[in-house]
Amino acid sequence: MNKEKVIAVENLHAAFEDRIILSGVSFSAFKGEVTVLLGGSGSGKTTVLKHLLGLYPITGGRISVLGKDVATLREVEQVELYLQMGVFYQSGALLNSLTVAENVALPLMQHTKLPSDLIREIVYMKLGLVNLTHAYHLYPSQLSGGMLKRAALARAIVMDPPLLFCDEPGAGLDPISLESLDQLILNLKNKLGMSIVMVTHEVSSIMRIANKIVFLDQGKVVFEGPLEDALKSEQEAVKAFFSIHRHKQLQ
Amino acid sequence: MPRKKPDTSLLVIDNHGIEYRMVRNTIYLYESLTFEEAGGFANSVLKSVKPLKLKKLVLDLSDLKQIDSAGVMALYYVEKKLREQNALVELTGASAEVSAKIRLFYPEDSQHVEPPAKKNIFESLGQEVYLFFSSYLFGFLLLTANVFYWGVADLFRPAARRKGEVVNQSVLIGVNASLIVIFLSFVIGYVIALQASGQLRSFGANIFVVDLVVFSIMGQMGPLITAILVAGRSASAIAAEIATMKVTAELDALKTMGLNPNRFVVVPKLYASMLTIPFLIVFANVAGITGGALAAWNYLDIGPEIFTNRMANIMLTKDLYTALVKSQVYAGIIVLTGSFYGFRVERGAEGVGKVTTQAVVVAITLVILADSILGIIFYA
Repeated sequence: MNKEKVIAVENLHAAFEDRIILSGVSFSAFKGEVTVLLGGSGSGKTTVLKHLLGLYPITGGRISVLGKDVATLREVEQVELYLQMGVFYQSGALLNSLTVAENVALPLMQHTKLPSDLIREIVYMKLGLVNLTHAYHLYPSQLSGGMLKRAALARAIVMDPPLLFCDEPGAGLDPISLESLDQLILNLKNKLGMSIVMVTHEVSSIMRIANKIVFLDQGKVVFEGPLEDALKSEQEAVKAFFSIHRHKQLQ
Repeated sequence: MPRKKPDTSLLVIDNHGIEYRMVRNTIYLYESLTFEEAGGFANSVLKSVKPLKLKKLVLDLSDLKQIDSAGVMALYYVEKKLREQNALVELTGASAEVSAKIRLFYPEDSQHVEPPAKKNIFESLGQEVYLFFSSYLFGFLLLTANVFYWGVADLFRPAARRKGEVVNQSVLIGVNASLIVIFLSFVIGYVIALQASGQLRSFGANIFVVDLVVFSIMGQMGPLITAILVAGRSASAIAAEIATMKVTAELDALKTMGLNPNRFVVVPKLYASMLTIPFLIVFANVAGITGGALAAWNYLDIGPEIFTNRMANIMLTKDLYTALVKSQVYAGIIVLTGSFYGFRVERGAEGVGKVTTQAVVVAITLVILADSILGIIFYA
């Protein structure tokens, strides 16, 4: 069965001044799957993510997101594409001048014609999904790190985007919060058919939710394939990464 | 695209061209209920159904193919509003896919949280007054005492100081401000003499333009222009730097490394300001008087030789040490105000902008107040 590609990266190159960050990165992500970008620090994961989000100009190669060539999009088309994407930033990136509810409601207020009463109900529901209803009137500065993450996820999914990008969603969360976050992400994937591209180092999280692994090392893709194959891979960097997990399991 | 159902209805509910058929107490939904249609659906259904005072409303979802979170919440919203009228809402016929989304998004019950209670005007006023004394005034005095202590202590312990930091700060606060201070002082000196020249000429008192320029620039304008410019440039920069350090937890890092942030961050800036502002005031005085002399030459035919002769007769040594005292007071005000507001930052990026603005406004106000007080002390 042919799977529908939501992301196709072909031969992506990137450099900052003389430093080469990405050299010929190619991979795909498919509809309804969780694709995890893995790699050590400085391997280029964040650079790939920022290229996918259209935040860095593409200087070499081609990126297609939801069937659209990112490099050739006009501003209006880029905005239309953004409306089909949710982005869950590592730091939360909530607007500090707005309450949690206002942060979550912002895309609804700006991009839909829903009445304010209904927007309020939707915001309560989305905050309920991440167990954060009690923080409705609070400001981001009044939240803990874990709460910030959950509020950021509520904002990222408020428009039911078909494609969700997550930058290290589990970083700084306790194991129980991490598991419930994973469960929520799985729900979004299974029940809404959301496609998810995630950068994470949390092996327990990867084991729970990943369908596909794209492993980057020194700006190149050294492994691309299903999680089961990644666990058996003989590629040095991939083997080293997952052997730590096996070691922990044995312990 | 308008979609219509066969006209067999008791009631047709119009949602901007999409018509829902209502037979007895059942509304038949079809196609999709998403962000596009949800708002109109909820409003139009409630508007049509509420006056009917039904005991029970059935929403038939058999023909509904697509629903998203906004659609589910529109169903919930209709149910909630009708429940307030003691009417029951029943959802029937949903496909497996639609049911899954309803189960995922449909809230079990309304979980609204009350917003924090607003204070009345007297409570707010009382809190502000209390905050002014307990937080602002006390905090500022505490910071002043702490910085003064470390400022004096570090004078005798050069090894404990960060090497090169005072020079760096001197360049940022003093050297980089010198050109703008010289330029503006020159222009103001020129304008003072120009404005006075007409009046003085009509009285035949041309020579007194020298007195006017020298007294106003040396006694007031030179130090004040310098202080206002440095307050504008450096109080904001200091507040923004310290606020950013606080937001990014750099100040916490300093504390947990056993370093006092006041000593590490504020004291070098204080030294630099106390060192460079007197020079800036001298530059401002020289530039202002030069501007005044040029205007006197142009409009009152008072040549440089006459100007300098008269200037030598009227200049007071007191003006010099007054300027020195003023410069040290201004340096303290600018650095302490900038630092005080920097340390008070809250709420991330927005807070940084807020404290920066507050620091500039308060620093300039305090500098002008201090100038007036010192003027009274030295010249009254």
